[in-house]
Amino acid sequence: MGDWIVIPIVLPAVMAALIVLAVRHDILLQRVFSITATVALVAVTLSLLIFANGNGPEMYALSDWPAPFGIVLVLDRLSAMMIFLTSLLGLGVVLFASSEWDQRGKHFHALFQFQLMGVNGAFLTGDLFNLFVFFEVLLIASYGLMLHGAGADRLKAGMQYVVVNLTGSALFLVGVGMIYSVTGTLNMADLAIQVANIAPGDAALLRAGALVLLLVFCVKAAMVPIHFWLPGTYANAPAPVAALFAIMTKVGAYSVLRVYSLAFGDTAGDMAWLAQPYILPAALITIAVGMIGVLAAKRLNNLIAFAVIGSMGTLLTAIGLFTPESISAGLYYLLHSTFSAAALFLIADLVVSRRGQFGDSLNTAPVFHQSGFLAVLFFIGAIGMAGMPPLSGFIGKLQILDASRDSDAMVWIWSVILVTSLMCIIGFGRAGSVLFWKSSSLDGEIVVEGAKWPVLPIISACGMLGGLVALTVFAGPISHYLNGTADQIFDTSQYIRAVLGDGALAQFGQ
Amino acid sequence: MSLTLIVLLPFIGAVLPAIMIRAGRNACATATGSITLLALILLMAKAPAVISGEVFQVSYSWLPELGLNVTFFLDGLGLLFATLILGIGLLIIIYARFYLSKDDPMGRFYAFLLLFQGAMVGIVLSDNILLLLVFWELTSLSSFLLIGYWKHLPEGRQGARMALAVTGAGGLAMIAGMLILGDIVGSYDLTVILQNADLIQASPMYVPALVLILLGCFTKSAQFPFHFWLPHAMAAPTPVSAYLHSATMVKAGIFLMARMWPVLSGTPEWFYIVATAGLVTMVLGAWIAIFKHDLKGLLAYSTVSHLGLITMLLGFGTPIAAVAGVFHIINHATFKAALFMTAGIIDHETGTRDIRRLGGLLNLMPIAGTIGIISAASMAGIIPLNGFLSKEMMLEEAWHTMWLDQGWVVPLLATVGAIFSVAYSFRFIFHVWMGKPRDENLPHHPHDPPFGMWGPPALLTVLVVLIGLFPAVIAGPLVAATSSAVIGGELPEYHLALWHGLTPALGMSVIAIVVGALLLMRHGALISATANLSRPDAKAMFDCAIAKLVALSRVISDNLHNGSLQRYLSVMIVASVAIGVSGFYAEPDHTAGTRELLDVSPAAAIGWVLLVVTSIAAVVMHHNRLLSLLLVGVIGLIVSLGFIYLSAPDLALTQISVEVVTVILMLLALNILPKETPKESLPGRKLRDGVVSIAAGLGIGGAIWAIMTRDLPNSISAYHLANSKIEGGGTNVVNVILVDFRGFDTFGEIIVLGIAALSIFALIETVTQGEAAKRLANWVVSNRRSADRHPMMMVVATRVMLPLSLMVGVYIFLRGHNEPGGGFIAGLVVSVALVMQYMASGFGWTQNRMKVNYHGMIGLGVIAAAITGASAWVAGLPFLTSGFVHVHLPIVGEFELASAMGFDLGVFLTVVGAVMLALAKLSQVERMAEHIDVNLDPMDHDPSVRIATPEKEA
Repeated sequence: MGDWIVIPIVLPAVMAALIVLAVRHDILLQRVFSITATVALVAVTLSLLIFANGNGPEMYALSDWPAPFGIVLVLDRLSAMMIFLTSLLGLGVVLFASSEWDQRGKHFHALFQFQLMGVNGAFLTGDLFNLFVFFEVLLIASYGLMLHGAGADRLKAGMQYVVVNLTGSALFLVGVGMIYSVTGTLNMADLAIQVANIAPGDAALLRAGALVLLLVFCVKAAMVPIHFWLPGTYANAPAPVAALFAIMTKVGAYSVLRVYSLAFGDTAGDMAWLAQPYILPAALITIAVGMIGVLAAKRLNNLIAFAVIGSMGTLLTAIGLFTPESISAGLYYLLHSTFSAAALFLIADLVVSRRGQFGDSLNTAPVFHQSGFLAVLFFIGAIGMAGMPPLSGFIGKLQILDASRDSDAMVWIWSVILVTSLMCIIGFGRAGSVLFWKSSSLDGEIVVEGAKWPVLPIISACGMLGGLVALTVFAGPISHYLNGTADQIFDTSQYIRAVLGDGALAQFGQ
Repeated sequence: MSLTLIVLLPFIGAVLPAIMIRAGRNACATATGSITLLALILLMAKAPAVISGEVFQVSYSWLPELGLNVTFFLDGLGLLFATLILGIGLLIIIYARFYLSKDDPMGRFYAFLLLFQGAMVGIVLSDNILLLLVFWELTSLSSFLLIGYWKHLPEGRQGARMALAVTGAGGLAMIAGMLILGDIVGSYDLTVILQNADLIQASPMYVPALVLILLGCFTKSAQFPFHFWLPHAMAAPTPVSAYLHSATMVKAGIFLMARMWPVLSGTPEWFYIVATAGLVTMVLGAWIAIFKHDLKGLLAYSTVSHLGLITMLLGFGTPIAAVAGVFHIINHATFKAALFMTAGIIDHETGTRDIRRLGGLLNLMPIAGTIGIISAASMAGIIPLNGFLSKEMMLEEAWHTMWLDQGWVVPLLATVGAIFSVAYSFRFIFHVWMGKPRDENLPHHPHDPPFGMWGPPALLTVLVVLIGLFPAVIAGPLVAATSSAVIGGELPEYHLALWHGLTPALGMSVIAIVVGALLLMRHGALISATANLSRPDAKAMFDCAIAKLVALSRVISDNLHNGSLQRYLSVMIVASVAIGVSGFYAEPDHTAGTRELLDVSPAAAIGWVLLVVTSIAAVVMHHNRLLSLLLVGVIGLIVSLGFIYLSAPDLALTQISVEVVTVILMLLALNILPKETPKESLPGRKLRDGVVSIAAGLGIGGAIWAIMTRDLPNSISAYHLANSKIEGGGTNVVNVILVDFRGFDTFGEIIVLGIAALSIFALIETVTQGEAAKRLANWVVSNRRSADRHPMMMVVATRVMLPLSLMVGVYIFLRGHNEPGGGFIAGLVVSVALVMQYMASGFGWTQNRMKVNYHGMIGLGVIAAAITGASAWVAGLPFLTSGFVHVHLPIVGEFELASAMGFDLGVFLTVVGAVMLALAKLSQVERMAEHIDVNLDPMDHDPSVRIATPEKEA
């Protein structure tokens, strides 16, 4: 695919710069630029996905320096899928925001495009330090987006978000520094080779560095006990931004999967599957903490935020098993949880904007406009999030349960996932009942200003739910792709050959 | 194909009522009915073949990797249930048309009903047990919607949630059970599973699978101890109660037990769990029903009891008991649906369902009365109605059953159950229809309803009678086909007939009727005798359990997420130290570094001491914001010196200029912050924070020590050093790395800077228009302010320095590729030069002379960098590939022109733009807080104008 591989990064970056440079005074032009660019991004990433489906991993050497000396991007089944997912989500978000949200502050579209650039970069890069750079890009952009529209709660939550994540960035450097000090490389493929051949005397530094780095990725993935930034951030972010954040936690999960299967997988000798014993128990606790939060929530946005934590726990459980089956199942769940979290945040915004002064508090309030229609959307979204049939959440959980059959922790995994599903059902049942049912027992109606049927936001929210439906209906072909992806992840020689050539594989002992 | 269509029709059709309601209620009901009728016709077309033993199958692949496929099959059992679901469904649809009032949203009702119907048909026709699970949970969801249909009623909402929680929990358990079952057999297809009874029962996982699946069945079919949700589901409109909670959904658990009967039954575990639960449920449900004054409550507990009866029969594990169970499924569905519809008629016509207010209704509404009495008599098991037949068979089987080697337990309890059953059935007959009206002030004057409401129950009652009189003719073939599907083998010897001779069962029946009637005669005494018994109120217990669960969750969640950033950070830091240190010590063979340590030079020692002292001072004096900022600045300077000492001039330059810029920006912010931070931490907290930070410091220090004392392995740096000049065209490796080797990183980093500036701009722009603007407007200005804010010396000095600084900037920029410098540092230097103008001459004066838009500068910088990168595409090379040429110009001489310079220009522009934009925005806040207009003169005091006596500041 050649230069096309870098387009998902350059296109949004240039578009953001153009928006700042040329059309910052005109909201309509900003929307046109931003939406057009995102549609183009969907097209590009779709072609990359189709290419990755038919071909092995392909490397793109930036500045034309040979790996491992320069920076490389790698397009494989995993990264292609993630950037396609990002662009689909992005399209939904930009459509939603283009109704009204983007006017509540400045530079929404520029920051949004920069954010897409950061996320895509993180998914495509094959270089550990470059990953750090993109972590920074997406962190700062997301911070800017999170503060969009301002407000005291939002500023306060944003402070926590940025401080925790900057600390994470510092730790990222510590981790990478320690790894570099004994492997002398930043290229992920090269790292795999160096780790496989690590001198025993260097192993302690390598392991310590790798674990610190793991912790950083898990901060992004909102794993307990380093998930604290998430509830406040997601619950207080502007709705379209919260929806976009659905992909941010996935960046962390993706990084765990990428680095700890490629460099610390089967070939890593003593350090093989280094991450597993840490991830699995923490992931199960994460599910529990998330679902306890769902039961405890007094605000709708908090409810969804905690459900997101729970779903991250589920995803990390699947990844933490590190088997081809569990990875395939986990990736399916990843797609699902991205759409379901985004859908719920968008639907919640439609609800909140019609509840006037009652906002997102889970207290009884009079009936609001389109309560029936939104109840349907919320019901579908909640089914998705709770993992009830027939939507993809159910299939995803079923696959994860199925994949954990042979694990020693099988009883734990099954119990936690199933019991917490019930908690999620109860939590969402209570919330939906208060929001949509109990209101009819009160007199009166909440009247708020604004468009009765805002077209773009409704299209966007329905589109996210449509994603869940599509995942369900096409579960077969999608799982087929994901099985291929998991196999490719486990056959690390494909990745290494693509980046470093055949010669490198000899050192790899394969 | 048509099999799939039978399942799909209700789902697809669910849209119809939702839109057809616009054409009126009749059109809506007709559309709904047509859908169900069509599905029923399709089903009936297959009925003869199924009854003669044929099995229809159809399958599509959905998720073959998991074993989840869309496969349906239709055998006798499926046929029976599908017929019940669609047949009774059709009657309910007709009934509901007349039952629902004008205010009820009918389109929504029918849409939910069809969704439920589809899910239910799906359950009974699924071949794949994972698919069955999908439909299973769908019935829970649609039932949730239907129970909560009257959303303004709290009972409806609570009943709906309780039903969802209980059946949902069972469904989740069943997921696990089904997965285990599928694993034992190696297939999720029922047709395969049903062939593997021995394999399943021999497996060590048999008991877990059995228990989990039964949990699903028991919750769905309201078996003890999960029976409590069903009566509360009666808050639903009566058509729903009649349909879901008597005839169909609650039979899903029964269906599944029957479906799995060939492979799960026959073991002691099966017998003791299923038969016992059934027996207890039967007796308990019947007992409670006697005391219910609400008609629907009575019927609900009666349903619980009858479901127990069927469960018990299936639990016996003998083929003949299974036949009896199947027969009772048919009979119960007919009379109970009719009874519920009758109850609905009474409610509709009289306005109450309280038995204590009813009585003598037969005279007022003879048609409904006849229907109700016949059906209730069948429920009591009165000859010659169908209820009698299957109850007789049940008692016969109970007579033969040993429980823990005791022959008397089951027959006795079965008789007791039958007695209670007679009692409540008779109560329904005598207290409602017979006697005199007890309450003259009923909300409505009762009379028979329109045909649409009594027609459906009447049809069912006709069936009740006909099956009773001619069981073998009317129900025989269906019972046979179903039973053989349940048993999965040869049918046992049985006769569906009214008269079996003088059997023990007949005796038990007679006892039941006599004692039951006596019990009813003493009903009043019974009520008062038991009035003081404490009855566990399931709803209160359930609500309490949920409330406790929520309260506990709140305690956990709120205490965990208390919003304290200090806590979040300390957890994170502790976690990182713990994971790093434990990882380090997990490897036993660590070898320490071998590099020789440098001698401590006096300069280094002084720097080190300064660093330590200022750090400690910063900790001690951090309450004073200004002081701590200065101390941080000092630390930054020492770090810069450290870079120089360690031969890293580029880093040092960057560090110094970054320090200058950040200190200035932070000083601006400090102006509107309190001068001191509040003292918040208690000693304990301080101790904790101290320990955490010392641990973190030691951890980082240890890591750095370990890293810096060892030689780098053959790292990529060697390649960078070797190729910087030859391939990269520059001798300053750091710069070549920045703009070439790792130019892509720099591309990202300048964007980070740009985003930061844009975010600051966006934030302040928004904030200063909201609440914060008012706070700034009310800002009390400190009067400790310099009288001479723009000293002349400084104005003059900065003006002289400006061209010099700019020259330095250009110089640093140009030499960057070969000597320390580059776009980034140059950008910072130029920014500092410009910032100085703002500081010295004031914002307004400077702004009038700096007509550059910093937004544009940022955008331009990023685009310049991107264009430089993309220009490599023209040459067919990857993004950011650099090229350089040596150019010879007169006078200047030969010099090198690298494309990297274009990139570096982008870096430069972005840096300047970002810094200046941030500064401009921060200073705007200052101006708002200070309540001063921008100065257009460079100095507060114009030195060219002589002032006689300088005024003293007030």
